[in-house]
Amino acid sequence: MNVATVELADVARNDEGFFLDPSQWSDAMVPALAAQEGISYLTDRHWQVIRFMRSEYLEKGTGPTVRVLGKASGVSIKELYELFPKGPAKVAARIAGIPKPRGCI
Amino acid sequence: MSDQKHVLILGGGTGGTITANRLRRMLPRSTDITVVDGNDDHMYQPGLLFVPFGLTQAEELVRSRGDQLHAGIRYLQATVEGVDLGANVVHFEGGTSEQYDVLVIATGAVLMPSETEGLAGPGWGENIFTFYSLDGARALAPALANFTAGKIVVNVVDMPIKCPVAPLEFCFLADWFFREKGVRDDVTLTYVTPLDGAFTKPVASRRLGELLAQKDIEVVTEFNTGTVDATEGKLVSYDGREVPFDLGVVVPLHGGADFIGRSPGLGDELNFIPTDPHTLQSKAAPNVFAIGDAAGLPASKAGSVTHFEGEVLTENIRRFLEGESLDASYDGHANCFIETGFGKAVLIDFNYDTEPLPGHFPGRVGLPLLKESHLNHLGKLMFQWFYWHALLPGHSIPGIASDMPTAGKHKVPAGTH
Repeated sequence: MNVATVELADVARNDEGFFLDPSQWSDAMVPALAAQEGISYLTDRHWQVIRFMRSEYLEKGTGPTVRVLGKASGVSIKELYELFPKGPAKVAARIAGIPKPRGCI
Repeated sequence: MSDQKHVLILGGGTGGTITANRLRRMLPRSTDITVVDGNDDHMYQPGLLFVPFGLTQAEELVRSRGDQLHAGIRYLQATVEGVDLGANVVHFEGGTSEQYDVLVIATGAVLMPSETEGLAGPGWGENIFTFYSLDGARALAPALANFTAGKIVVNVVDMPIKCPVAPLEFCFLADWFFREKGVRDDVTLTYVTPLDGAFTKPVASRRLGELLAQKDIEVVTEFNTGTVDATEGKLVSYDGREVPFDLGVVVPLHGGADFIGRSPGLGDELNFIPTDPHTLQSKAAPNVFAIGDAAGLPASKAGSVTHFEGEVLTENIRRFLEGESLDASYDGHANCFIETGFGKAVLIDFNYDTEPLPGHFPGRVGLPLLKESHLNHLGKLMFQWFYWHALLPGHSIPGIASDMPTAGKHKVPAGTH
């Protein structure tokens, strides 16, 4: 199967809405995923966070926590909450098609 | 290259001491071992929990770092300025330096209260305390002793923290403490956590959540503390929620040691060391290893983790020095006694892949897992003796290996039986 052809409706997600297979994600899915989180308009700042989530996951095997996002994404924690009011780490992880950030054990 | 090798260990706490003592037995005398720390106070950190309740005196928790190291290990009291990975040199304040063949980072985690707005302000030591430092735990004791009515909030600002169950234990002991004083009805206890439950792993989270409910401890979840307002007496989250308190017990943000931030290429955003989760070799350089709280691993920052890592780390350092491949592998094994008050405790045991399960430890006959018992409380008390006399010298505890045991565990979810 060619993963590039996967439609959002066919993506396997867990009961919390996180992708089971992050390779099924594509840029094209982002507007629809954001809409499911109540975000109707995506700014460059949203995209900056989503791309950072994605690259952190691919590099480290887990998405960043809010605190790491605030330190390393170039977007302050205050602004992160303005962009993703329902919780930046989890919401941006769902939109970026990566598993729930472990954060913490 | 000469036969004279130098293993330099930064940090003389649990991880550095275990590593040095084990390596001294394993490596030839021609290999020098040095342990460096900025002071000579080795603290038994699990004991901090008991200090605010008057169950332990702070002074009883501290011993000399140098005295825990075996003969043939050099102890150097110095403050690290930075690591030069390219030159294999550590620089110290005052201009001295040390060359190394192998470097072990065992400098633990530090508290960073100033990272949270208001936390290190005027209320610190007045109506806001922590029990995660010796001074903090000591200052909290009279505040609790004099507290007879009002709201106590226990808040974890963000993960990772040392011993993620300690704030829960604090809640359980506070419940016991105020019941003993006969004022529990006038004291509300609230546990405020950034997690979506009492703990990070589902089965244990459910069991611990039930215990909190039984003991009448309220839980506020997914709360990311933005501001601690001492004057108004409230925590404010980044998404605008507020939790009022009369006495705030806060676990501040944790990070790695400062020198890691000053050493290019060594640490991550939080000054922890990116480390291979199985070999414990750092990602910064092949001759740099990390152990314990300093390592950026998906494992708890806890003494048991450090103890189990010690076996794997020292074997891999021996292999590295002899030019062999690093095939000793750590599985993320952790266990801890969770003090629940009234002379009881819960024991949990888990690793990277297997969450804490009910059953018995370490085999079918043993201490009950995920269940309150007096035996577990005795285990927790005995552990302090083991720490100084078996764990730090680098001996294995009989019957408890670095690999997680499975024989006595029930694979069914805790909620179904």
